[in-house]
Amino acid sequence: MAGSGTAHLRSGDENVILSVENLVVEFPVGKGRVVHAVSNVSLDVLEGETLGLVGESGCGKSTTAKAIVQLPPPTSGSIVFDETDLTDLKNEDLRRMRPKIQMIFQDPVSSLNPRRKVFDIVSEGINIWNGGRGGEFTEDRIVEIIEAVGLDAETARTKRPHEYSGGQCQRISVARALVLDPKIVICDEPVSALDVSVQAQVINMLEDMKTRYGLTLLFISHDLSVVKNISDRVAVMYLGKLCEIGDGDLLYQSPAHPYTRLLLAAVPDPSNKHASDSEVLAGELPSPIDPPSGCRFRTRCPNVQEICAEQEPQMAQVAGGGDQWVACHFPLVETV
Amino acid sequence: MTDTPLLQVSDYRVGFRTPRGLARAVDGVSFTLHAGKTLGIVGESGSGKSVLNRGIMGLAKSAHQIESGSVLFNGAELVNQDRQALWGDEISMIFQDPMTSLNPVMKVGKQVTEPLRLHLNLSKSDATERVVELFTAVGIPSPRERLKQYPHELSGGMRQRVMIAIALAAEPELLIADEPTTALDVTVQKFILDLLMRLQADRGMAMTLITHDLGVAGGRTDEILVMYGGRVMEHAETDDLFSNMRHPYTEALLASIPRLDHAKHARLNPIPGSPPDIIEPPAGCRFAPRCRYAQDRCTTELPELDHDGNHGYSCFYPVGSDANAEALATNQQRGHTATGLQIRAKETV
Repeated sequence: MAGSGTAHLRSGDENVILSVENLVVEFPVGKGRVVHAVSNVSLDVLEGETLGLVGESGCGKSTTAKAIVQLPPPTSGSIVFDETDLTDLKNEDLRRMRPKIQMIFQDPVSSLNPRRKVFDIVSEGINIWNGGRGGEFTEDRIVEIIEAVGLDAETARTKRPHEYSGGQCQRISVARALVLDPKIVICDEPVSALDVSVQAQVINMLEDMKTRYGLTLLFISHDLSVVKNISDRVAVMYLGKLCEIGDGDLLYQSPAHPYTRLLLAAVPDPSNKHASDSEVLAGELPSPIDPPSGCRFRTRCPNVQEICAEQEPQMAQVAGGGDQWVACHFPLVETV
Repeated sequence: MTDTPLLQVSDYRVGFRTPRGLARAVDGVSFTLHAGKTLGIVGESGSGKSVLNRGIMGLAKSAHQIESGSVLFNGAELVNQDRQALWGDEISMIFQDPMTSLNPVMKVGKQVTEPLRLHLNLSKSDATERVVELFTAVGIPSPRERLKQYPHELSGGMRQRVMIAIALAAEPELLIADEPTTALDVTVQKFILDLLMRLQADRGMAMTLITHDLGVAGGRTDEILVMYGGRVMEHAETDDLFSNMRHPYTEALLASIPRLDHAKHARLNPIPGSPPDIIEPPAGCRFAPRCRYAQDRCTTELPELDHDGNHGYSCFYPVGSDANAEALATNQQRGHTATGLQIRAKETV
C-alpha cells in the first residue's frame, strides 16, 4: 500500500457523517527529524456504518483515531464531521462538539478512575453538560445506559472499578461513552485485552448498542477476525498510509493488496482459506522517520518493481464495480 | 521416542495462601509429554495454565505457595525440590513479554552469552561464535551488529527471537513457551511460531505451548490440554480435539471465537457469566455455572478426567453422547440449567 488519493471517498449525496481528507500527523523528534505517523490518509464513514481499521503496531491506526478527536490536532488535512471541519474549531466550539464523538480505549481497567464509584464515572459527562444544556439528561438516562450495557445500576452506585471484571469494566467504558448520546464512537482495540469468551460478549453488546442508539462506529483492531465480524467496511493501513479499503466481504474474499493478503495468510484460524506456509512477511517495519520512497510497502513486498520506488500508487477501484479500492501498482486483482 | 516419558505430571496441585483462603490455581492436573512432542495448553486468564508451567519449572516459589502431587522429569521427582540446576540445559522457558523479560541495561549479546558460559563453560570468544550461530538460526539479520545493541533498539519480534536464542542456548530437552506471541503482531506471530516448530523438529526438543488462542494451538501441536479453573477439561490429540470435541467448555470456547469465514455482523456465541473464583470454586464441575448442559449432578460431584481411548475429558454429559442430548433437552424444556442459567429453547451452537 502505501498509497494516497481520494478516489475511494463516497460522493456527497450519500449520508457521510465523518469525512477525513489528506490527514497528516507528524511528530517532531528533535534534530529536525520528524516521525511520519499518518501520511495523507483519506477515509469516510456513513451514518450507521461500522468502519474497521486494521493494521499492525506502528501503522498509525490509533494516531488516526486520536487525530479525529483532535488529541492532538493533526498536522494538516481536514476532518469534516456533520458538516463542520473539526480542525477549524478552537477551544469552546471544539468542546461543544466533543459529546458527539466519544472514544473507548483498549485497557478497560486503567481507563477508569479507580477511586470513583462506577455510577459517578458514567454520570460525569452529564454532570458537566447539564449546565449548558438545561438539564436535557437526567439520572434516568444514566440508569438506562448502565442497564443497557448489562450492568446493575444500583450496584454501580456503591462499587468501584476494581470490583468489576475486565469485561464488565469495558461495559462501564461503553456506558460512559454512550451516556451523552454520541453520534460516532471510536473504539480503539476495545476487546484486545479481554479473554475470548468475554470478547464475544462485548462485541455482541457493542452491536446491540449500535442498533439501539443508532451509532456509527470506527473500530480499530489488529485482529482481522474481529474486524471482519463487526465491520461493514474495512480499511487496511501500513506505515501511515492506506493500502486497501472496501466492503468487508469483498476484501476478505479476494484481497487486492499484497500486504492485505500477507496479513490474512498469517491469521491462525482453522477456517482460514488464505492460510499459507510459504507466504511470510519478510523483513522489518521501516522507520516512520525515514519511510521508503514511492510505495511504503515496497521494501517487504513480494511483487516489487522499479516503479514502486519512484511513484506512489494512488487509490483505484477494483474491476467489477464493487466497493473495493486498492493503492498498488501491481494489485492482485484487476483494477479499473 | 522412548517409553519413559520426558515429563510425567500426576495429580499436580499448586495453591497460594491468600487472606481469603487457599487459591487453588492448579487443582489436580495430570499429563505426560514425550521427547520431540508439542503439547498445547489452552485456557483463558485464570485457568491455571501459566501457574502450571511455572510450577513445573519451579519459578513460582514463595512462602505462600504450596505444591503437591508429582512431576517426574526424566524419571526424577521435581515437586518440592530445587529445580534451578535444571534451568537452561534441561528445561528452558520463553515468556510473553519480550520487553520486560530482557535486561534493559545489558547488551543483548551479553545476555545470550551468559547461559552459554555458565552451562557449557565456553570461553568468551567461543560463546560469541555460538551466539552468532544461534542468532542466525532464529532469523536475526546481521547477528554480529545485534550483539552490541540494547533491547530497546530491537523490535518486539526481534526481542522475542533473542529470548528464543537465550532459551535454546544450552540445548534444553524441554522448552516451555508461555504465550510467546501474544504481544506480537499477527505476521510476526506466524514467523515466531514457524521458527519454534522448526527449531523443535531440528533439535528433537519437547515443548509446551501455552496460549489462550485455540487457533494458535490448532496448527502447531501434537496434543492439546484444555484448562479451566485450574483443572483439565479435555486432553486429546490435536486433530481429534477439533474433529471430535467432547467437553462443553471446549465447544463453547471454539464457538465464541469470531472466524474469518463468518458473515459480517454474524452474532457471536459468548460463554455466559465469568470465570470461576479459584478460592471458593463452585462445588462440582468448575464450568457448571456457565454450561448449558448442566444437571444436578454437575453441581455436587466433581467430574474426573475420563478416557475414551486417547481422548480424555472431564464431563458427565460429554458432547456428542446421548446423555448430553438428553441434558440439553431437559434444560431447554425447563428454560434453565441446574445452576439457573437461562437457556433459550431453540439455541444452537
